[in-house]
Amino acid sequence: MLRGVSKRIKSIKFALLSPDEIRKMSATKVITADTYDDDGFPIDMGLMDSHLGVIEPGLRCKTCGGKVDDCPGHFGHIDLAMPVIHVGYVKELKKLLMATCKNCGRLLLLDEEIRAYEREMDALDKIGGTKLDKKMMAKETARDAGKRQICPHCDTEQSKITLDKPTTFREDGHKLTPKEVRERLERIRDEDLRPMGINPDVARPEWMILTALLVPPVTVRPSITLESGDRSEDDLTHKLVDVLRINQRLRENRDAGAPQLIVEDLWELLQYHITTYFDNQTSGIPPARHRSGRPLKTLVQRLKGKEGRFRSNLSGKRVNFSARTVISPDPLLSINEVGVPVEAARELTIPLYVQAYNLEWVRELVKRGPVPEGNGYVPGVNYVIRQDGRRIRVTDKNAETVAETVDVGYVVERQLQEGDIVLFNRQPSLHRMSMMAHEVRIMSFKTFRFNLAVCPPYNADFDGDEMNLHVLQSEEARAEAKVLMRVQEHILSPRFGGPVIGAIHDHISGGFLMTHKDSKFNMEQSSRILSLVGDVKLPKPGIVEDGVEYWTGKQLFSLAIPDDLNMVFRASICQACDTCDKEDCDSDAYVKIVNGEIMSGTIDEKSIGAFNGKILDKIARNYGSDRARIFIDQATKFAIGAIMVRGFTTGIDDEDIPESEKMKIAEILQTAVDGVRTLVQAYKEGDLEQMPGRSLEETLEVEAMKKLGRARDDAGNHAGKHLGLENSAVIMARSGARGSMLNLSQMAGCVGQQAVRGERISRGYWSRTLPHFPKGDLGAEAKGFVKSCYKSGLTPTEYFFHSMGGREGLVDTAVRTSRSGYMQRRLINALEDLKVKEDRSVRNTADTIVQFKFGEDGIDPSRSVQGRAVDVDDILRDVLGAKKYATLPEERVVRKYGELEEGLEMTEEEAGKLGED
Amino acid sequence: MARKDTVEALKKRKIGSKAAETLAEAGFTLSTIKKASVEKLSKYISEDDAIRVLKKLGVEAKKPEKKRKSKKKKPEPKKIEPQPDIKIPKKVPPRTKFEMGLTKMVEDLGGSLPRSVISQLAHRIGKLKLSKKVKKEILTRMMERFNSHLVDPNESAGIVSAQSIGEPGTQMTMRTFHYAGVAEINVTLGLPRLIEIVDARRSPSTPMMEIHLKASVMKELDNARRVASDIEATNLEDVSGIETDMVNMQVIIRPDVDRLASDHLTMKELEKAVKKMRGTGIVEYEKDVKTGEEILVVKTGESSFKKLQKLRENLAALRIKGIKGITRAIIRKQYHEYVIYTEGSNFKEVLDMEMIDPTRTTTNNIQEIYEVLGVEAARNSIIKEASSTLGEQGLTVDLRHIMLVSDIMTNDGDVKAIGRHGISGRKSSVLARAAFEITSTHLMRAAIIGEEDYLDGVAENVIVGQPVTLGTGAVTLVYRPVAPSKKGA
Repeated sequence: MLRGVSKRIKSIKFALLSPDEIRKMSATKVITADTYDDDGFPIDMGLMDSHLGVIEPGLRCKTCGGKVDDCPGHFGHIDLAMPVIHVGYVKELKKLLMATCKNCGRLLLLDEEIRAYEREMDALDKIGGTKLDKKMMAKETARDAGKRQICPHCDTEQSKITLDKPTTFREDGHKLTPKEVRERLERIRDEDLRPMGINPDVARPEWMILTALLVPPVTVRPSITLESGDRSEDDLTHKLVDVLRINQRLRENRDAGAPQLIVEDLWELLQYHITTYFDNQTSGIPPARHRSGRPLKTLVQRLKGKEGRFRSNLSGKRVNFSARTVISPDPLLSINEVGVPVEAARELTIPLYVQAYNLEWVRELVKRGPVPEGNGYVPGVNYVIRQDGRRIRVTDKNAETVAETVDVGYVVERQLQEGDIVLFNRQPSLHRMSMMAHEVRIMSFKTFRFNLAVCPPYNADFDGDEMNLHVLQSEEARAEAKVLMRVQEHILSPRFGGPVIGAIHDHISGGFLMTHKDSKFNMEQSSRILSLVGDVKLPKPGIVEDGVEYWTGKQLFSLAIPDDLNMVFRASICQACDTCDKEDCDSDAYVKIVNGEIMSGTIDEKSIGAFNGKILDKIARNYGSDRARIFIDQATKFAIGAIMVRGFTTGIDDEDIPESEKMKIAEILQTAVDGVRTLVQAYKEGDLEQMPGRSLEETLEVEAMKKLGRARDDAGNHAGKHLGLENSAVIMARSGARGSMLNLSQMAGCVGQQAVRGERISRGYWSRTLPHFPKGDLGAEAKGFVKSCYKSGLTPTEYFFHSMGGREGLVDTAVRTSRSGYMQRRLINALEDLKVKEDRSVRNTADTIVQFKFGEDGIDPSRSVQGRAVDVDDILRDVLGAKKYATLPEERVVRKYGELEEGLEMTEEEAGKLGED
Repeated sequence: MARKDTVEALKKRKIGSKAAETLAEAGFTLSTIKKASVEKLSKYISEDDAIRVLKKLGVEAKKPEKKRKSKKKKPEPKKIEPQPDIKIPKKVPPRTKFEMGLTKMVEDLGGSLPRSVISQLAHRIGKLKLSKKVKKEILTRMMERFNSHLVDPNESAGIVSAQSIGEPGTQMTMRTFHYAGVAEINVTLGLPRLIEIVDARRSPSTPMMEIHLKASVMKELDNARRVASDIEATNLEDVSGIETDMVNMQVIIRPDVDRLASDHLTMKELEKAVKKMRGTGIVEYEKDVKTGEEILVVKTGESSFKKLQKLRENLAALRIKGIKGITRAIIRKQYHEYVIYTEGSNFKEVLDMEMIDPTRTTTNNIQEIYEVLGVEAARNSIIKEASSTLGEQGLTVDLRHIMLVSDIMTNDGDVKAIGRHGISGRKSSVLARAAFEITSTHLMRAAIIGEEDYLDGVAENVIVGQPVTLGTGAVTLVYRPVAPSKKGA
């Protein structure tokens, strides 16, 4: 048994097969179009000849003597009665015919020109020209040669060659038979071929015209036996049958001296069959069809496209030792774990290589059989592989006996056990975080389970999503996965140098509820929260009121933070006031952590959220990935504990606003609608003032959109006034857990203008959107303004307009996924070979330097601090101490590439200097 | 016999037997060769040989002038044009003394830090008076961090970058929106724009320019208006009414006097432009009989109504001023200056204009930037466009990734697309190309050139089932446990 790759393929050479070679490598000549005889055995010299390999178990190959799995199959050949053109090379043939003399076969160029072109080809090689450059060069040579009317070598006048697609050549209108073409090609000298971009060592031009056709082995075109006992042949076999039949008839007719016309017709038919045998989508000829009318899948079709051999079998391969099922959440798992159902674990195995040191243990394992009894899940053994490669299925019955036979050199396939490392993946695999290594936890029930904090990198939710799991089969792979692919190694994204794994949804609401302002928990509550984590000690109570001990939420949450962490930032609930009150912030948004203790501020999305969590970011960077994993585990569990203790719900009554406010909102909206009416009036009377660079209609639209947009915002603000931080929906929106204030204002205030293609809705009936409105109505309601809010419900027309907007969104998503998928495929393909060399330059496979240093500074983006090379801030605080640090000016942030840095708005003086010469 | 004689005769005159035979074969005799020109002989033997032959026969021969035009012919060393005094504008402020000091210190410590890091540090501690020791401490720590943040060798930087740009693609919108700064101009944004950039299209679907004025003139609205109206293409139709006069077979142009004034145009200019146009016969001033307005009459000798109508259309579309390709110009006040935004783009001509500041004027047409300013500028432009497209959608992508994409696109001197016509079509590996697109063509071509695939890329190795040459697969280190030696060392 070969383990590990000991040898590498150095290179693969491509070449044309010459007729001689075809005959030499052929195991048999194929002459009869029949496949099997009446007994169902392959006919000799037929298409299924057993010299060509075997597909039925039990039979032996007549060429190599191997059985089904040992014999790779062997090629045969058909001797063609008349030569036939290979479709893939017609363009090449045309080029050759046009560039060479019809008489002497020389290239229609002067000797020195030929040499010059050859030199240029060599030069291209030297300077590292690509194949494409060479192709262009050859094209130019051919064009130059094709221009010459008279052969400089033999003074023959050349005639015009045209190509009648797909495979007929004409010379001044007369048909050239493949035979004639072949004769001409034979005359071309080797040294004339090089400047034409053809390597005569591997490809003589006359080989592009077939005199012998290679017949692929039967293993390439196996026939299927249906339940009824009928044989169904492969498409390629069908095509070869056609070729053989016509070939036979052609030969007979030719030998019998049939009229030229008949021979030519048959010849053309043969050409058709061979053309479609290669490519059944050749333009200009009807595709060959199966009896049922389905076009045949011939050679080119087998290779081409997404379902072709290359993309679906060679670039991507099916694998064993994998599982797929529905996913569901489990907040109590660590982020680097995955819950695997027992049923899956019993099927998935890991090979154990039996050595002297583990022999006894492995025997013990095998003795257990495939389904061991025991307390909880105990891994068993499914297969034992002997030294000779034979697999023995272990059953309850034979477990004992098999265990006895196990010896050094055996491989035992052990079932999955807790702690095994596996790869976990969700498609589409758009980035490397789509496939990460988890540790196995065997669980009952039939879904894969994982921590919610890992949803963002996988982009997973639990509305029926399925995910894949792969069990690694070698020690090297497991080691690599453990070091490079584990979940905690991917907390920081290489895309922007921030965390992608972190708290979401309820974790954030929970963090908010736990730490906002003075929220406190009594002994029982605190214990409940902390019990989720274990391994933490209840600190001294922060508050004692009336003899009752309370712990503040900040106090409890601080237990998850490393003791020497110091940082200051603003939470997501920050209102961005003009002057910041810092610690005394009204909304408790100024987060200050001193020595791992939260002094002020609320923990929300900005602290622990995926994508934005600053604490998370810092821990991952300064304390390592393992500490970050522990932090995420603990912080999310605390948050969940807190939200469970307090209780959290949202419902339609969260959007309740007082009747008086509703009136006010209705008034605002009415004013806006009236405003639009006035605008329309003005437009109709021609009083509307045209905006610069806009037509009158456009001006009206812009003004109306503006007015209605403002009205929606006003309505939202009015509604928002009554929705405070005690409101669950608002908590979610403000803390960044889910939803936005816009969503809320649409629910409570007004949905607003619906748009299709960024404009008010305008299509539908003749000069109106719906028959509910008068023709030519340009008012707010008639063009898709939804006055109602979701809570009060939409009127029928509003509902219709809303659906129009919604439909556009759906179409947009559908179109987007395919377009961006293709873009990504192209990007990956263009960049896949680039790597950072030992000297930190980025090079491709041709060793061309693409960048002298990756990203101009050689910094790994996933290690960068949001793109910056070094966290200056952190170091300064460390070295200077908190006091001095506080006096420092704020960091400068570059907003856009090539733009001025923030806080550097041009002053009058600077502006004056710019561009002065 | 004649042939043999000729060969003998030529050989006697010390002419190579090969050349002799070829010439004789071609039907030459001694006398005909003497008369033949080099050109004629060189059809059969090489030119140098031909000359030699003729010389030996006592005929003075000159090399025929080469007629063959070769694309790659080296251009005559161009006369060095007197270089105009070009000042390369510096957009980066020079290093401050403090920054220089820090850089020096870093060098003394035997390391290096990029400038951006140093200037950030300088910005933070510039106002503080710190002892040298503290500064050294800070810098040493920074260098430590910096070095630990470097990319690892063999990292598959390309794939990571491609994923980092491709992944957010799914989150982008498809629609075009109004540009954040200028509401009036529609600009393609989001995914379509990103695709456009990566495709290296000849021109974007919504070309746009941002034109800044020279500092001396940028603060006055009038100047901006002037430039804007000079740029904006104005058609005859925009400034006048055009009618056909079927009776007299002529086209009448009625200029709108107000529009002319606001566009700084005169009747004379109008007339000149019309006269310049092809197909116009006699152009004359006339006074309208009814209104007394000045009108321009284009008289054609034509008698066909169809042609008259065609002329009217051509006249309507006649550009009388402005720059080709620019359909609209809008003036915005930004900070302390007036900036002109245009729909449509013509970088070359706008840069030539008097009042504009060429150092700050840009276009979103990358190809144009490449043609006018060169490949480095195009590279920067790709980075700028791609990062602002992503940034506008609220997606953060590290600049380094965008740089890598931009660098591979511009790596060999011109802007190449990401895709089968660009980078992917130029890969050295047949298998990699076949696996991407147009499979069969690549394979068949590979056979006739006798291509060899050395399997050093990713796709090829996946296909043949070998470890790829990136990351851990690039290292060929094998741990071979040493068998306990017999000597008992």
